[in-house]
This record gives sequence, structure tokens and C-alpha cells, in this order.
Amino acid sequence: MNKPGSSIKSILAAAGLLLAFAAQAASYEILNVSYDPTRELYKEYNAAFVKYYKAKTGDDVNIKQSHGGSGGQARAVIDGLEADVVTLALAYDIDAIVEKTHRLPENWQTRLKHNSAPYTSTIVFLVRKGNPKKIRDWDDLAKSDVKIITPNPKTSGGARWNYLAAWAYGLEKFGSEEKARDFVKQIFKNVPVLDSGARGSTNTFVQRGLGDVLLAWENEAFLSINELGKGKFEIVVPSLSILAEPTVALVDDVAKKKGTTKVAQEYLDYLYSREGQRIAARNYYRPTDPDVAREFAKQFTKVKLVTIDKAFGGWKKAQTTHFSDGGIFDKIQSELHQ
Amino acid sequence: MNAPALKNCLEPRWLRPLLIAVALLFLVVFILLPLVTIFSQALDVNLQDYLAAALGYEGATPELPPLFASLGDGASVYRAALDDAEVRAAIRLSLFTVLFCVPLNTFFGVMLAWAITKFDFRGKNLLISLIELPFAISPVIAGLIFILIFGASGWLNMVDLYTFADGRITKLLDADGNTVTLYKWLMAHDLKIVFAVPGIFLATLFVTFPFVARELIPLMQEMGKDDEEAALTLGASGWQLFFKVTLPNIKWGLLYGVILTSARAIGEFGAVAVVSGNVRGETTTMPLYIEILYGEYQFATAFAVASLLTLIALVTLVVKAAIEYVLKKQRTG
Amino acid sequence: MPNGTFRLRRNRSQLPGFGLTLGLSVAYMSLLILVPLGALVLFSMNLSPREFWRVVSDSRVLAAFRVSFGSTFLAATIDMFFGFVIAWVLARYRFFGKRLVDAIIDLPFAIPTAVTGIALATLFSPKGLVGGQLAALSAWINARFGVNVSLDIAFSGTGIVAALMFIGIPFIVRTVQPVLEELDKEVEEAASSLGANFHQIFLRVIFPSILPALLTGFALAFARGLGEYGSVIFISSNAPYESEIVPLLIVMKLGEFNYEGASAIGVSMLACSFLLLLAINFLQAFARNRRKA
Repeated sequence: MNKPGSSIKSILAAAGLLLAFAAQAASYEILNVSYDPTRELYKEYNAAFVKYYKAKTGDDVNIKQSHGGSGGQARAVIDGLEADVVTLALAYDIDAIVEKTHRLPENWQTRLKHNSAPYTSTIVFLVRKGNPKKIRDWDDLAKSDVKIITPNPKTSGGARWNYLAAWAYGLEKFGSEEKARDFVKQIFKNVPVLDSGARGSTNTFVQRGLGDVLLAWENEAFLSINELGKGKFEIVVPSLSILAEPTVALVDDVAKKKGTTKVAQEYLDYLYSREGQRIAARNYYRPTDPDVAREFAKQFTKVKLVTIDKAFGGWKKAQTTHFSDGGIFDKIQSELHQ
Repeated sequence: MNAPALKNCLEPRWLRPLLIAVALLFLVVFILLPLVTIFSQALDVNLQDYLAAALGYEGATPELPPLFASLGDGASVYRAALDDAEVRAAIRLSLFTVLFCVPLNTFFGVMLAWAITKFDFRGKNLLISLIELPFAISPVIAGLIFILIFGASGWLNMVDLYTFADGRITKLLDADGNTVTLYKWLMAHDLKIVFAVPGIFLATLFVTFPFVARELIPLMQEMGKDDEEAALTLGASGWQLFFKVTLPNIKWGLLYGVILTSARAIGEFGAVAVVSGNVRGETTTMPLYIEILYGEYQFATAFAVASLLTLIALVTLVVKAAIEYVLKKQRTG
Repeated sequence: MPNGTFRLRRNRSQLPGFGLTLGLSVAYMSLLILVPLGALVLFSMNLSPREFWRVVSDSRVLAAFRVSFGSTFLAATIDMFFGFVIAWVLARYRFFGKRLVDAIIDLPFAIPTAVTGIALATLFSPKGLVGGQLAALSAWINARFGVNVSLDIAFSGTGIVAALMFIGIPFIVRTVQPVLEELDKEVEEAASSLGANFHQIFLRVIFPSILPALLTGFALAFARGLGEYGSVIFISSNAPYESEIVPLLIVMKLGEFNYEGASAIGVSMLACSFLLLLAINFLQAFARNRRKA
């Protein structure tokens, strides 16, 4: 880096008061920018990784966490939040970071196993105890007396998986895009509250007692049952759902600048290890490691899963068709309110 | 306050208790109950079940559940909350924000009030409206503007830097030969603004700017400038004028403005949320941390932190009431 | 006032520090407020006027403006009524606990909006202290009369109004109360002795003199409520076209990496806020002049 011009120095001197607070010593500190429902997962995983890394290299590592709606988190990274690793709800949000900042290469998704998704999940229904509305499958959600809680697909990654799972079911059952669209529209007609994130929706359903069914990440549904209200809720697994792949990536430029490439890479790799996979499974994410998957087989119901690539031609296409400004979701919403 | 009651009550006799009842009812539902909710949630007092049982709703337990089932646990909730390093970091950050923003905005607020009330100049009314702008702007927009300036897609990343070398001014280039923008230069030197503490300070400065000036301007307008001008003819210097003549007159109003600024600085949510980046223990202020805890189903802790903020708000009100009491005494006495 | 002779002096002030105070403070203000706001306006100009118009005239954005303006207007109007009653009671009557009431009015002003949000959402949710009673009541009504009404407040458009009422009440009370206190009681008593009844006195004497203050309070509550974000998102159902407020839409556009869209909506809101403030200042100047006259 060249020597800065003196004019810049004076600008900085003026701003010095502000900036004095910003300077920080660089150490093995990495920032993991993640989405909402992974809070418990990374709390446990970070502690395990710190221990593992210390034992392996003798180095200390301090892991900072940031959580929020997946889109908003990606926006923060694009705007300069210096994440060493991003662990977001869907590949599209990481693609957006690539496209706007080029801080990681375009082929990021091929750098780690399983499309860079160390753990997967799917979309299930959470209903109140005894399932009073007799909800068994996606068809039941289209009935007019059912109130559905889901976050807003415009702001929440999980909600986009919800929407696409419903669409995939409609497509399979009715055979045409047209009919699938009507089916999804019918479902969104029954949604009284659209929270901005998955956590908000879970709160609305569990704590505030709104709605008959919550469309949720499988891990969120398990968490609600086990942590929030034992015996108050039941999980209903539909006949068909979507393979949700929350993806992880190293942000090369940031890690290079901070000198944390090695530890950040190790951090992601460790997610694929036995221990990392077990932690994911304990936090109700489906492990990708076949051995660990067998170990936790009882926990997860077998379900027919479609993938985003096969059913929707990948995230970019799904995003522009369904969720961008003026996309199908916007059109459905405006039709519902005409 | 304490206006002497009219000798002969003009309004119909029944109106008075009715109006008092309406006012009190509104205050109970909209102000007192939310207040009670915050503390009862933090202390885990089950008002809802208690009320349901007392009123005999269906599904309620036949006998009254103990109202203060776990008050002992309530205290431990606070202890646990304060033991949490991230809660402490949030409290610290909120305090630093107040310490940074309040003096700055107080200093400039006083200067603005002085300029506006002691002199006549063109565009004064426009200036007053501009001062109040941050108050009327959505906090979200307040956050947005700093992202648009200091963010990677903002203006700072459009400003190229130049360097003076070999007698010529050339564009500053990095090792790979790319032009260096001001944004990149700052980031390379680890001088983060948004998604770091300075961004939080800036957003807070913005939203709390109007309060001191807003409090002082009407007060100083009412006082006029006669006192100062008299002192001036007696040979007082500018500083003496301000500290010996003006300040004693406005000190309570100034304190009120400072209190309002502090309250808003400690409680700002929307603006700070946009620029924060949510890095736990680093860029989370108390209000942001409440939302985080809420999202982690740690309701008791969330309400514990919320009740701390509420306590601060209540102390603010007490101090404010005391100031007003003093002011009134001064004016009448 | 002492030294009445000074008042006859020419308008130009002899006091020192004009250049210093105005210069420094305006410079500070420009750096902190005007330049950033200018940046916002400039940023929105990345859009052509046509694109700008397309963003802000999108049916969902218009719906959000309708929700924001509608619920803020409703909340400020309800507040105007209750605020007036509270100010009246505080200014004219003596009753037990008055000082407490007087102090607690400012609570919404001092309490962080996020705290307001979770408190109100908890209070009014179907499981909450008030919401539970309302839910039971509506269930009872529905069973008794065979109708289907809902008195839910939280997670509906009503929730937004409730939150904004909370935010706005101190502004009305605090602008009306001093005017009511200053009101010359002798005029009322004189009118009364001339045979005017309370109804007439109120409409002819009291109401006209507090009307500017009432409107100012309304405008302040309105301006503050229009931009409110923290408390509203906790309690609203955030349903597009129904209960989605403009600030939420801005956050949403940001989440979609749509900066131009966000700044276009931001600029429209900015214009609304500024017009409101000009109106408030005009009202206040008007009221000041009237009081002097």
C-alpha cells in the first residue's frame, strides 16, 4: 500500500475522534455472519471448535457471531461487515455477496462438499397438541378455516424454502405451473401474520398463540417442541418437502486481509467432521455424513425431498421468477388484496 | 399545575369525575399496564393466570395460583443477566454511546440555540425546521443514510484517493494496481465505520441532535437578550456573559434537554439496528440485545434487560419532574 | 423586564459570538444531518424520474403509505381526544395521584421503542393480560350472539394504532397542558357572569384558544408516529397491503439489496416529514403571534 496523501491525513485527523474507537488489534478472531435459526447450533459448535483448534495448533481463536434475517445479513456483508465466514440460509444470499463485492470466487459452492451445505434441513408443519385442525399434508393448508404462520419470503430465507416446498407439492400434485400458483396463492390467503424472520414467526405461533400451523425449518420445529413447550405441539411431516441446504462459505478477501484464512477454513471444514456433524444433528439439522446420519436416524422422519436445482433450476432462477420485485410472490400478494 | 380551582365550577358537576376516570383509564391501559408487563415478565410473576383464576374463566385453575410464585427466581434472573458477558458488553456500549453523543450534541445544541435566539438572520425559520428534521425522520432512514455514505456500496467507495509522488499528483494504487478509494483505504487500515462502533455513534448523534436545541430555543426566546446586553454594557466578556448570565438562566432547561438526549441515545433501536451488523458482544447496544434475547427464547433475560432500560426511563422521569418542580418554584418564588 | 430602554435599540444585536456559534453549529449540523440527507437524495437520483415514480407508485408501496398515514392519523386523532382530556384534568382538577400521572405521561418518550414493542405485544397478545381478556370477551360475544367478531389488537392493523397511540400521547398532552394552564380564567368567569353556559364558554372561549396547541400536538404526534419502527414491528402482523408500514418496506428493500428502491421510498418519506415540520412551525408561529396580539 502506498503512502497516503497528506490531505487524507487531515481528513482523518478531523474524523479522528470517531475513528479512535475503531482501531482494534488483529488476532485470531473470526466473525461468522449467520442467519436466525442457527443461534443454538453455533453457540455449541463455536465452543467445540475453540477447544479443538487449541488442542490441534495451540492457538486461541475467538469467534464472533452475528445473527439476523438471511437477506439482511448478506446485505450487511455486502455493505462492509467483515465476515470471515458466512453461514446463510440459502445459496442465493451468498451468490449476491459474490456478485456485488467479488470478495469470494464465483465457484464458491463447489469448494466444499455437498454443495457447501454441511448440514441440511427441510420444511415441516408444527401444529398444536392433538392437531385440532387435522392437518396432515399441504392440501390441508389450503382449506379456508386454517390459519398459517410463516415468515415473509421477501425477507426470510426460511420462508422462501416454505414457499418453494408448497409450490413443489402443488406442481407434483396438479401437474402444471398454473395450478401450482393457484395452490400457493390459496395457502398464502390463509396467512394472517408475516413476520420478517423465522424466529419472529416461531414466537408468534408459540408464545403469542396465533395460528393453527407454523411452516418451519425442521430444526426450528424440534427446538420449539423441546425447548419451548414440551407436550404443547406436534410435528407433522408432509408427504413431500424440499431439501433445504443452508450453505457456508469462506469470504476469501476478508480472511486474507485479516490473516485468518487458515483458521476460518478449518472452521468450515470442522463442520463436516464427525464431531461437527454430531453437533448439527443434536441441534436438529440433518447431518450429511452417512455414519452420523445413521446414528441419528430415529430423530428424523424419512420424507420425499425435491431439490432446488431439479425443481426450480437453481436459486438464481427461483429468485427472479418468484421473489424479486414484481415476481410471482408479489403478484400473488397483490391479487389477494385487490 | 396547581392552578387554583375555579370559584364556581363552570362545567356540569358530573363531568369532572367522568373526565378524571377517562384520563386515568387511558393511562392505566396504555402506560401503566405495559410498565407492569415488563417487570412482571422479568420477575416471572404470572399476572395472566392469576387474573384468569380470579375472574373464574374456563380452563383456569380452581384456586388462585400464588402471584409471586418465583419472586426469588426473579432476582436470580437479574443476576444471571448481569453475569452474561454479552449483556455487560451491551450495557457498556450503550453507556459509551451516551458518553460520546450527549456532550457533543449538548455543546452544539447550546451554540445553535444561542445563534438562533440572540440574533436575527435570514432563513432562521428554515433552520429551526431543519434542526427538528431528525426527530421527524424515520430512524430506519437515519440508519440508511449512513450505510449509503460509509458502506461498501456508498459514496466513500466512489471517492478515489490521490497521492503526491515524483512531483506529480497521481491516483493512489494498491499492490494489484487498482485505484484505492477512501472506503478501501479506511478498511485497509481497519478504520471501520458502519457495522462497527463509530457507525452506532453516528446514527445516535443523528437521531438525538434536536433535543437540546429544541428545549433551549423556546426558553431563550422567552428570556430575550436584555440581561446579556446589560452585562455587555458593564464590560463582560463573551465567555463571562454566557457562563455568568445566560447559563444560570437556562441550566434547568439545559439539563432537561440533556436528559432527553441521554434517554433517546440509550434507547435508540431502528437507526442503530440498520448500521449495527449484529455482532454479538461488539456492536449490540442494549435495545438490540433485547431483540436478540427475545429471538433466542430467553424471555426472562430479555425482559430483565428491558426492565433495566425501563428503570433508567423512570429515573429520567423522576429527575425531570424534580427539575420542573424547581423551575416552577423559581418562577413563582 | 429590567432595562426597558434596551428594547428600543435597533434590531441588530450587540451580543458577541454570532459568527462563531452559528458557523460552528451549522457546520456541525451540515456534516451530521444535511450532507447525509443530501447523500440520500442524490442516491435516489441514480434512478431516472420514471423509475423513481415506478418505485414509489408500486401498489404495495402505496398500500404501505396508506397504512402508515392511515394508522398514524387514526392514532393521533384518538390521542388528540384522550390527550385533551388528560391535559384538561391535569390543568384544572386536583385529585389523588395527580403528580404521579403528570410525571408518567412522559414515559413513552423516555422508554426505548423496542421495549415498548415487546411490552405492548405481550400485553395485547391473545395470551397477554389485556389481549387474553379481549379474546375471552370476543369468544363470549361470538358464542352468545352467534356472530364472528374479533377484538384482537396485537398482530393486526389495530396493533399499529395501539403502538402509535402510546408513542404519541405525550406530545398532545405536553403541548395542550401549558396553554390550558395559562388560559385566563377571568374571561371564562366573566362570560359565565354574563349568562353564558359551559357549553358556550367551551366552544367560544376555551376551544379556540387551545386549538393551535391541539393541532401542533397532533402534528408532532403524527410526525413522530409516521417514522416509528421499533415498537410497531413487534406488534404489527406485517401483512403486505394490510399492516405493512413504510419503514418496514425500506428495511425489506435493503434486505433485497435494492438500495435505489430503499432510498426512493426514504426520500418520499423525508419530504413528508419536512412538510409536516414546516406546518408545525407555521402553526406555532401563528399561535405565538395570536397570543401576543
